[in-house]
Amino acid sequence: MKDFKSRLFSSESRLSDLITAYPSILSLLTRLGISLGFGDRSIADVCEQSGVDTTFFLLICNVYTFNNYVPSTATILGTDMTGLVPYLEKSHKYYVEKRLPHIERHLDSIAQELNGRIGKVFISFFEQYKQEVEAHFMHEERDVFPHIRALMAGKRDTTYGIDGFLQNHSDIEGKLDDLLNIVFKYLPPQVDDDNVLDVVYDILRLSEDLKKHTFIEEKIMVPLVRHLEKAILS
Amino acid sequence: MKQRLLIVEPSEVIIEGLKSVLESQSRFKLLEPEVSADNLEERILSTHPDVLLVNPTILNKNVSALRNEYNVAVVALVYQYVERDVLKGFDGVVEIRDGRTMIIETLAQASPVAEQHSQNNYELTKRETAVLIQLAQGKTNKEVADALNVSVHTVISHRKNITHKTGIKSIAGLTVYAMLNNLIDESALL
Repeated sequence: MKDFKSRLFSSESRLSDLITAYPSILSLLTRLGISLGFGDRSIADVCEQSGVDTTFFLLICNVYTFNNYVPSTATILGTDMTGLVPYLEKSHKYYVEKRLPHIERHLDSIAQELNGRIGKVFISFFEQYKQEVEAHFMHEERDVFPHIRALMAGKRDTTYGIDGFLQNHSDIEGKLDDLLNIVFKYLPPQVDDDNVLDVVYDILRLSEDLKKHTFIEEKIMVPLVRHLEKAILS
Repeated sequence: MKQRLLIVEPSEVIIEGLKSVLESQSRFKLLEPEVSADNLEERILSTHPDVLLVNPTILNKNVSALRNEYNVAVVALVYQYVERDVLKGFDGVVEIRDGRTMIIETLAQASPVAEQHSQNNYELTKRETAVLIQLAQGKTNKEVADALNVSVHTVISHRKNITHKTGIKSIAGLTVYAMLNNLIDESALL
């Protein structure tokens, strides 16, 4: 599994071929700043037109597609990472403004089929989860991302260091897995199966997406910031 | 699937003897033996034996309680004088002078009970349910341990098993589970 390069798409491939092979990449495009309607143009062409660095685009796509792919420090440092923080911010926005409310609507309709008190506890479980996710993202947007922007601009701000990041990087997928188990195993039979299935697919997709998001933060963002911090100190 | 056998016996000589007797059979997988019964419950929770072969003179817990709480068959290993009444509670008795075939047969006969209850049983035991109810009410591991009169370590082991069975890790998730299964009602929540 060392040489992913031979299996990866090159910048000369058609973007549409990449998506046909790996449809999950579709959900990344907007976050990476690429709109649909790219026709038959190559990855390099589409990226250039959209102002996205091609190597950065491919790096993110590869991480999303290949589960065992961990980019080396050399690959990370050899890639233009200007797009990283905007990408992570847009992802947060996508989760908070699109995915979570979408799941919430489904859960609300399931809760209405449940007996009042159980429905309430069910909904408050998700409310609590949403607040945790938002607090998690807020911390990153307030402390971590400005730190990275400063480093990239060649400035050292002394207030924050990336070393504490991993210790405090809480798991935001765990509770989604709990929710998944509750929803498809333990809801009483009076709840409509179609409703349940809809939300199960949504939760699964979000859970997968969040895992990759965490991976990108821990395996790409952290090594990058470590390097930048060292470079600025010396 | 092989049944998991845990020997609880203080004598090294006896343990080694049993090991060599049971070595060539394929029905049981021998777990690392335990020389005292002090940490037996934690050991059971972490290694999930199907059968215990235990020296009754060192057992400090009621046999039927063990069987019910942990879904294990409990077989006595006898080479000293043990009161007949004590032995009645066990699922079988292995005498030190029994031959190889006899020993294996006694263990095998004791374990059909365990067979249906072994690793494929995802129903919570009474003890796990008790722990779940406490946790779902928002109690800490320490508070649960005090309430149920067990060690914190035991509570943590129960929690691991509850999570393994239900697939639910967080306390908030376990609370929803407990409500859906009518184990607690809203008034029990803080």
